[in-house]
Amino acid sequence: MTERKLRVLVGKPGLDGHDRGAKVVARAFRDAGLEVIYTGLHQTPEQIVAAAIQEDVDCIGLSILSGAHNTLLPKVCELLKEKSAEDIAVFCGGVIPEDDIPGLKSSGIKEVFTPGTSTEDIVAWVKENIHG
Amino acid sequence: MGLAERILQGDIRAAARLMRDVDDGFASASEELKKLYPHTGKAYLVGITGPPGAGKSTLVDQITAAYRKLGKRVGIVAVDPTSPFTGGAILGDRIRMNRHADDEGVFIRSLATRGCLGGISRSTGDVVNVMDAMGMDVIIIETVGVGQDEIDIVRMAHTTTVVMVPGLGDDIQAIKAGILEIADVFVVNKADRDGADRTVRELSAMLEMGERRNGDWLPKVMRTEASRGVGIEELVAEYENHRNYLFSSGAIERFTNEKNSAILSEMLKERLFRKVYDRILADGTYGEIVSGMATRSVDPYSAVDSIIAGHLFSIPEVSE
Repeated sequence: MTERKLRVLVGKPGLDGHDRGAKVVARAFRDAGLEVIYTGLHQTPEQIVAAAIQEDVDCIGLSILSGAHNTLLPKVCELLKEKSAEDIAVFCGGVIPEDDIPGLKSSGIKEVFTPGTSTEDIVAWVKENIHG
Repeated sequence: MGLAERILQGDIRAAARLMRDVDDGFASASEELKKLYPHTGKAYLVGITGPPGAGKSTLVDQITAAYRKLGKRVGIVAVDPTSPFTGGAILGDRIRMNRHADDEGVFIRSLATRGCLGGISRSTGDVVNVMDAMGMDVIIIETVGVGQDEIDIVRMAHTTTVVMVPGLGDDIQAIKAGILEIADVFVVNKADRDGADRTVRELSAMLEMGERRNGDWLPKVMRTEASRGVGIEELVAEYENHRNYLFSSGAIERFTNEKNSAILSEMLKERLFRKVYDRILADGTYGEIVSGMATRSVDPYSAVDSIIAGHLFSIPEVSE
């Protein structure tokens, strides 16, 4: 049986311009043999969801350091649902206070990686939880 | 309902999934492609190729905007390289064009080369077909950043654009064989930079040296600054000129026949190879020959002769 190549979208929603973390994670996925669609900075939730659907990715990894995570991340999950694409898993990383994590998870975010997480852990999580 | 039917009804997710099935080599994909084939052949295919960092993606973004202004639906296939070591890839062409992502008249798909060396992926032609069946008027195919000899794009696109930038080499580079021979349109991008005039001059001189019969297409050298949108309208107008030339001169028939012949022979080659290969791999012949070659007790020339004599006309079905 032919095997699926895992595809992941890495993007930065909103207005902060700090993309080093997103690039490091994208590179780690590449080295783990994934195809990474990197959409870059300043993406709206609408653009992220449209890109994820057109690219038929298995999951979306969002990096956010602006503090707007409680607004932008649930919006991505909501739009995915609207497009009947909630099978595309969303995870995120960035400066996210512990107190906000339960709320994000109940809005549909599958996992939240806070500062200090190693790239190995993120790759391992994706390989274990995301199936093409 | 199957993917093909859903695609013909405008289902975006079905289209995206079939592209994935094609790329991943699923056998079911060719069943769907068979159903879409009668609905293809309508889109105009524009190829964009050139060295890494020349501004291809930014140019695609601007060309897309220009075609959208004209009311055309635009499909984009953007190819980036696969790592030869890990099989992974970073597909970053969308960074320059993602402002079009939520425009319903645009569909962008990033593909990795997955080991294919001609500047596009093996799946590119089929992905273009899916977009064609979706009703895209124009499909822009952006190759990986190429060097001198990755020219598969010329067989695929009606109009091939070679994007150059100032400062890449002297006029001897410009008369070498390879990608400079395949352009229907040359673009010197970043035309505000030092040396742009010289690059334009050298390319034009190279073109004048070539022998042309009356009525042959003469590629123009266009100047653009893609990041500021300069020269884009002129470029799109030149695409229209080339398209008119193809249809009025009859060159389109030769192009189409050569393209279709290449597609057919490639597909035949691949399928025949797979059938023979799977068979001799399964019955152990393949392994025996390879070990025989190590001790020189078997030579590959005779081995291939006997494989072909034994299997060519009655290849048994291999169950998947």
